[in-house]
Amino acid sequence: MSAQNNKQAVLSGGAWVALLLVVAMIGAAIYRLSAGLGAVTNLNDDVPWGLWIGVDVLAGVALAAGGFTIAATVYIFNMKNYKPIARAAVLTAFVGYVIVSIGIFFDIGKPMTLWHPLVMWQPHSIMFEVVMCVVIYTAVLALEFAGPFLEGTGSPAAKTMTSRKVMVPLAIAAVTLSFLHQSSLGALFLLMPAKLNHLWWTTMLPYNFFISAIAAGLAMVSVEYIIASSIFKHECSMDILRGMAKGTAITLLVYFVFRVGDIMIKGNMGLMAEGSAGMLFVVEMLLVLIPMVLLFINSSSAKTAGAIFIPQLLVLAGVILNRMDVLFLVQIREGATYSPTIIEIIITAGLIAAIVLAYRVAAIKLPIASSAQADK
Amino acid sequence: MAKSVLVDLTRCIGCRGCQVACKEWNERDARKTTFKGDFTNPAKLNSDTYTNIKFVETAEKNNVGWSFIKNQCMHCREPACAAACPVGALTKTAQGPVSYDYDRCIGCRYCMVACPFDIPKYEWESTSPWVQKCTFCSERMNDGMLPACIKTCPTETMYLDDYDKIVAEAKMRIAKEPNKYVQHIYGLNEAGGTNWLYISDIPFDKLGFKKGIPNESLPNYTWSVLSSIPEKVVGIVAFLGAVAYFRGRGSKEEGN
Repeated sequence: MSAQNNKQAVLSGGAWVALLLVVAMIGAAIYRLSAGLGAVTNLNDDVPWGLWIGVDVLAGVALAAGGFTIAATVYIFNMKNYKPIARAAVLTAFVGYVIVSIGIFFDIGKPMTLWHPLVMWQPHSIMFEVVMCVVIYTAVLALEFAGPFLEGTGSPAAKTMTSRKVMVPLAIAAVTLSFLHQSSLGALFLLMPAKLNHLWWTTMLPYNFFISAIAAGLAMVSVEYIIASSIFKHECSMDILRGMAKGTAITLLVYFVFRVGDIMIKGNMGLMAEGSAGMLFVVEMLLVLIPMVLLFINSSSAKTAGAIFIPQLLVLAGVILNRMDVLFLVQIREGATYSPTIIEIIITAGLIAAIVLAYRVAAIKLPIASSAQADK
Repeated sequence: MAKSVLVDLTRCIGCRGCQVACKEWNERDARKTTFKGDFTNPAKLNSDTYTNIKFVETAEKNNVGWSFIKNQCMHCREPACAAACPVGALTKTAQGPVSYDYDRCIGCRYCMVACPFDIPKYEWESTSPWVQKCTFCSERMNDGMLPACIKTCPTETMYLDDYDKIVAEAKMRIAKEPNKYVQHIYGLNEAGGTNWLYISDIPFDKLGFKKGIPNESLPNYTWSVLSSIPEKVVGIVAFLGAVAYFRGRGSKEEGN
């Protein structure tokens, strides 16, 4: 047993700020549920999808992709040296998906009908498929997380729930379900070829979403590992960070070649020169290329976590920008305006704070973190 | 056979009787509007306005003129909104209308984002909001009556019949007066075809009709993804299972 609890008070410093944001969010959420969607948001007939769909759902799901990526690395590809971060990655994904579901609950016009897709099946709808995959995957994540939880409570069942014969099938389910819904978040936009700029719209869009989610997931796990190591004061394994840096860089390379190659084959590169959408595309590509080069260099030479931290943050920025671009470019039409209200911002900020707090509580109360060497 | 409508824009005089009849039949409230510099009123469709007449100033062949465009749900033959809806609240009926089931809708608003014609609108002011759009007066048609807008139109701008007959009628009118009409039936191919078809004496892009809408069925794009899920799942599971088996050989249980 190498996993250990972090010894620290749950509430200290930054955690108080997070708690405050969560409390503010609960207040805003009560207001949202009583006053209605239109009253508390700036959403309108021209821009029906805003901050919540963009950040809480599209970006949130992409950033939670570390859960299946690391589970696959450790349990399917059997690369045991990544085991120290496996639990943290699964924890992030589990907490992330629960929070995404809460975000969707606030976003739909009739929150109390959230269960409808579970019984009113519509197999011709991508959104239906996403909902089903997210529900099932959240259950898989709960099972993956059952091991650490049971260990924390001292249950004898913990040994079974952390064994390979349980974790390998769960990891396979995790990858399969994640491939389906990560790519399908992109496929949502396949219905709008006339609305979405063709620097983004392509029949390859589902694959672009999936590949970029892998990069975002690895980047998120790296960033979180560095921050958690500094907060909980345990050693940060440079081997693990460099390995993930290499993984992220290779994924970004594949993504870049795949995405730009597809645009070139379809003869749409000229759109780059057109207006603000072209500019956004260039910025997106820079946020792929710059961190890719830095990560390739640092994957062999980085001696400090800081050298990997910044480029991984850039990866996150790039993927978040990509999801925002798709979301808002598809809704561009004459006279369309939208900027989030303070309530929308409070709820999104509160949901992010809730992820941080839940992670912190779990990392302190349960055996999540492993010391870097113990598992060799 | 699905019912269909031919809108002959050359016949419309902009009286807006259809707007009033639609509001009356569907019991939609009036909304206060303000002068925005043209005569389209309300300026846009909204959850209380299923149809409006767009007033467009044109200058064809040195003649300044007005065009009046009846605007409502196109009732696509293969609607993107119905393919978008995760709960099957929007469905294409065999009679022609794209219908909305209030009891299913969860308010995700994907239909609004997906519609190539930007038709579905939301009840933003409500605490329990629904999506609203033209119903093609399906309940009136089921009782053998004309849709309210068509019934009230004094100039027979709209003509209702079975789809094939509507297409034939549109082609016949264009062929009969080739100098009057532009050689384009809007809706014949757009978005895979719609049950509301338009003919006009002014090019459609000058009248604000959506450009660049592909001629293929939009739901095909997502169905090609969805229908291949079984093969993808089998492929991924088989591949990962094999990798896990070979990579895991000889690694003994370590109690994690």
